[in-house]
Amino acid sequence: MAMAYFGRRYMLSASHRLHADSLSDAENRATYGKCNNPHGHGHNYVIEVLVGGEVDSETGMVVNMATLDEMVRTTVIERFDHTNLNLDPLFVNQVPTTENLTKAVFDVLKNALPAGKLDYVRVEETENNFFQYQGQ
Amino acid sequence: MIELTRRATFSASHYYWNEGWSQEKNEKVFGRCARRNGHGHNYTLEVTVAGEADPVTGFVVDLKWLKDVIENEVLAEFDHRHLNLEVPEFAEKRLIPTTENIAIAAWKRLEPAVGKAGGARLSRVRVYETPEIFAEYRGEN
Repeated sequence: MAMAYFGRRYMLSASHRLHADSLSDAENRATYGKCNNPHGHGHNYVIEVLVGGEVDSETGMVVNMATLDEMVRTTVIERFDHTNLNLDPLFVNQVPTTENLTKAVFDVLKNALPAGKLDYVRVEETENNFFQYQGQ
Repeated sequence: MIELTRRATFSASHYYWNEGWSQEKNEKVFGRCARRNGHGHNYTLEVTVAGEADPVTGFVVDLKWLKDVIENEVLAEFDHRHLNLEVPEFAEKRLIPTTENIAIAAWKRLEPAVGKAGGARLSRVRVYETPEIFAEYRGEN
């Protein structure tokens, strides 16, 4: 059987503020610029998920999209959509940069999916910048 | 090593149906995709080849050549067709034209032509069924 990949793109909207408690206000300002503005700002994030595996001979699928959608909805979308990322327990001790959000989403989905299925998570913060993590 | 990708689009109809299953099971597993009159998509095909840039031309492959390969090997058979009924891989073998299987079928059509030309190898084929749904095949078994 052939090994293939199935990819799906989801959207969620959330706010964040980039601010490291270990840095001074001046250092935060210098490091994060307008992303450090005190009241935060938001993005429409695109979450791209790539799942790999054998193509099932009965369904022709690597994964059933309805199953994947439900898993992503319950574990990622409902958790982060229309929230302030800084308030999520995951970001109490780390800055909610899109790098860290990408890793967080990868870890959440890796635990939710059967072992070895998740290939990468890509998070697009805007149309012009995106981040990808494969668990390495 | 450079990877070069060429994008092309085609429009086709399909449905998902496993002949070995009951109607009820087909509808349960495949949902709306199981409707027997079919439905269609504007597919985007991304073909990536990998190789070294030729020292004289600076090309990994000539993009016009790659465009023609995609046109002749895939689009000529897939575009404005009903995949289940008209495309041999799916019609003759009763293979379900999922996005995964379309990516694999496109790979199998492209790989001999790309390989024969020398200089570059087919690296991956990605098929977008919609901007939010895609599948990829890298020739792995």
